Amino acid sequence: MNRFTRGLAVAVGVALAATLVAALLELPAAAVYLPGAVAQHLAQSGVEHPVTAVLLNFRGWDTLLEVAVLLLALLTLLTLRGSEAPVAEVEAEPLLQGLARKALPLIILMAGYLFWAGAYRPGGAFQAGAVLAAGAVLLHLAGLLPAWAVPGRLLRLGLILGFLVFLAVAAGLLGQGALLQYPPALAGNLILLIEAGLTLSLGLVLAGLFLFVTGRQA
Amino acid sequence: MLMLAFDGLLVLALLWSAWRCLASTDLSRAVVMFIVFGLLMALAWARLDAPDIALAEAAIGAGLTGALLLDALGALRSRREGRDAPRETP
Repeated sequence: MNRFTRGLAVAVGVALAATLVAALLELPAAAVYLPGAVAQHLAQSGVEHPVTAVLLNFRGWDTLLEVAVLLLALLTLLTLRGSEAPVAEVEAEPLLQGLARKALPLIILMAGYLFWAGAYRPGGAFQAGAVLAAGAVLLHLAGLLPAWAVPGRLLRLGLILGFLVFLAVAAGLLGQGALLQYPPALAGNLILLIEAGLTLSLGLVLAGLFLFVTGRQA
Repeated sequence: MLMLAFDGLLVLALLWSAWRCLASTDLSRAVVMFIVFGLLMALAWARLDAPDIALAEAAIGAGLTGALLLDALGALRSRREGRDAPRETP
């Protein structure tokens, strides 16, 4: 690329960015004040943290599909990778292994706390699952957990459990008239149930995105 | 005043790490800069009063994605070595 085309590309990029900023500045103010609406209905949501209320109650439909998309990504990955077993062996480093052994209980405790705290402060299933997955990756990097080959029956069940629980709750509540509209009295418990399943499954799915591909010579 | 200076430094560090990540020709350095960018981004979310996103960004954006990128880099490297080795034998 010569200097002229490069300069042209930069100029076009800057012009596009300026147009976007100008367009954003001219947007009218939102007609509905969403934070107010959330705060107004927070008492019926079953949780005290507005983000969790939106994610699992008011817009639970979005979260259900999001979990489905993550599962779909993992399934695609499983079909795309070769079927041969992982070859690369991680050499054992005593210092790293000692650290991983000490850190793992704390990681599990942290994931449990994040899952529980989601009801009334920042946290929730996604964060807890990510922390669990990070623990699994740490174990693998330390040479304590081999990479996953073909998922067995138990692992498959774990991977889809969260989605199945979410789907079962959604199906059980279809009689309410709207999708995923919890009765206010049960909302807190239902959200806790869904989040427990999601924490486990998202942890496994996110760990699987790493452990199913690592150590392979494609 | 102190927080303003911190935010200014954060913005500069974000732009700098993003630029270094994209412009670096050394892949492993680019990956490390990507992880640094993710951690700084998590700080920025925390400063914007969005601790939920900060947690997710730190765990998924910097942690898991960084580990995946590093692993891919290692796989690329070992494959290159594996391809070079038979060429030397004959």
